[in-house]
Amino acid sequence: MNSEKVIFGFFILLALTLNFGFFIGDIDNIAHHNVYELFAALVVSLIATVLKFGDRTHLGAIFLATSLVADLQLLMAALIWGYAAHISPAGMDTEATVAVVSFSGGALLANIVSVILLVAETMTVRR
Amino acid sequence: MPDIFYVLLRRMRAPLIVLILMYAVSVLGFTLIPGQDAEGQPWHMSFFHALYVVSYTASTIGFGEIPYAFTEAQRLWMVFVIHLTVIGWLYSIGSLLTVLQDPAFRRLRTEYAFQRSVKRLRTPFYLVCGYGDTGGILVKALADEGIKSVVIDRDENRINELELNDYIRRPLGLLADAAKPAVLEMAGITHNYCVGIIALTDSDQTNQMVALSAYLLNPDLRVLARVESAEAGANIRSFGKNEVIDPFETFAGRLAMAIHSPGMYTLFTWMTGVPHEVLREPLFPEPGVWILSGYGRFGKALCRHLQQAGIQMQVIETDPVRTNAPPGTIAGSGVEASTLLDAGLKRAVGIIAGTDNDANNLSILMTARELKPDIFMVARQNQRDNGIIFDKANFNLIMKRGDVVAHKIFALLRTPLISHFLEAVKARDDDWANLLVSRILGVTTDEVPYLWEIKINKTRTPALYKGCLAHGVTLRDLLRDPRKREAQLPVIPLLLKRQEQVMVLPDADTGLAVSDRLLMCASYPTSHDMQWATQNENVLHYLLTGQETSGGDVWRRLLRYC
Repeated sequence: MNSEKVIFGFFILLALTLNFGFFIGDIDNIAHHNVYELFAALVVSLIATVLKFGDRTHLGAIFLATSLVADLQLLMAALIWGYAAHISPAGMDTEATVAVVSFSGGALLANIVSVILLVAETMTVRR
Repeated sequence: MPDIFYVLLRRMRAPLIVLILMYAVSVLGFTLIPGQDAEGQPWHMSFFHALYVVSYTASTIGFGEIPYAFTEAQRLWMVFVIHLTVIGWLYSIGSLLTVLQDPAFRRLRTEYAFQRSVKRLRTPFYLVCGYGDTGGILVKALADEGIKSVVIDRDENRINELELNDYIRRPLGLLADAAKPAVLEMAGITHNYCVGIIALTDSDQTNQMVALSAYLLNPDLRVLARVESAEAGANIRSFGKNEVIDPFETFAGRLAMAIHSPGMYTLFTWMTGVPHEVLREPLFPEPGVWILSGYGRFGKALCRHLQQAGIQMQVIETDPVRTNAPPGTIAGSGVEASTLLDAGLKRAVGIIAGTDNDANNLSILMTARELKPDIFMVARQNQRDNGIIFDKANFNLIMKRGDVVAHKIFALLRTPLISHFLEAVKARDDDWANLLVSRILGVTTDEVPYLWEIKINKTRTPALYKGCLAHGVTLRDLLRDPRKREAQLPVIPLLLKRQEQVMVLPDADTGLAVSDRLLMCASYPTSHDMQWATQNENVLHYLLTGQETSGGDVWRRLLRYC
């Protein structure tokens, strides 16, 4: 057992599960989406990105790319939330909620790809 | 992405994760801890506010308690956040600096920068392995001529020296072992603009390896290698079309020439001179017996050359048995007066201090001068750094090994016509050389004559090319002054090469043909005047007919109809 692989797999999977947890629920109902969950998803996603730094293989490059996509999507979701709650006169309305949740949905897709890659890599290593 | 970037990212993993976690924990803490608003109502900080507070706290700006005054619980958390973030930043920045300062990382960085600048080269360049005496002179000569070079050397001091020198075309230097093919590849051996590789390291082994790598990696590349042993030389010659230079043989051959045919020596020195070098007056030693001190590899080669020319030699050697010195050799170092007198200094016309020790060479000649002030003194200078005292000692001839070898290579690199010319004149006698030397003296200033090649082709000399095709141009036309055609430019055409035929000092009435190659000799400014005529149709037209024309296409057509 390789502790580095454990940590790596843990963060990638955690990024996916947190993301999923935030995404699930009615797309226009803010009560179904927890702000702490979004925060946790963003932080874990950032850590997963840093963990993927410095891998020179082709797979490593794809890993990094998917992670960067997820970061970008979650960051956009967080920014929209922040803008709607604090700056926009309309406040956290349906429109803003839909935007936040759909952005996190995009990040979810990227995280799924990441996990698929992880599984594929694991399958090729027969040890 | 380059390697260096990956290394930096991998080393920065831990500090970056620490930073992310530190911010995450601090922000989360502020959102969870209950506060009070201005009216004393319970209030929770949003993520937006929490990030704002943590950002100005972590960067030590400290705006205060925003938007409402903190509760005691929030202040307690603030104390924790302040210490956490300061330590976190110190650690991250410290790690970044450690990585950047790391010797291995720095080497990687310089290698990467070197590799990138080599890749960006868009002018022809030479790859020089070994930046010693010879390499230094060669690189400087190339730089003065406007040719870029890439230098590899194993000695850090030499690479530093290279970087401190202010050349017009700054050579690129890399601290590495030229014997490694990967290093050569990094230095651009397979680069499109690499025109040649010159192996000048002290070790024959390395030079062989360089020649071999060049042959396998880039077979069309021109290879010049410095080789001390005959076996290594034969080995390098056996593959590819490599050129080999034996420093002892070259040096001894040139010195012997200085003694037995001074005119030819002067001619050779000028032909292989570095541009803008100050001209030295020709020397004429008298015939007679010569004393040679030192019978090492250099001494042996010199003896052989001088004996071929029929000059009598008296050898002085410290260890005649081990060096296998000729019979009649005087044992001793030559620095004492008695040894020199035993060797017959009073009868000799000249003395050559040819040991590999500069201090001994100096003291031999100083002693000889005390005993016989009018003797012709030839010094062998081994180290470039000793140049100041050798110059001050005022000997008749100072032979610097680095100079001789570097100049020979430089001449080979500049244009192959110079070596054709030197090869062709070897058969002539010294009087012929003297005559040519005095002709050259007439056309140059106080600098070594400037040599250049004129190749009649479409791209380099368009005007001359068209002229040759249309109505024929003679050498005399080309030699006319573009300002006043009745006058001749002070230029000596040294050589004309037409296919395999070589004409030394071609006649002025010789007609020129397309793809002829001419070696010209004049002062540097004059060379520009002549290049003008070869490239500008109107100037050439004036030289041929004496009529001034203006260049426009329309005007030319109008003239045709008139």
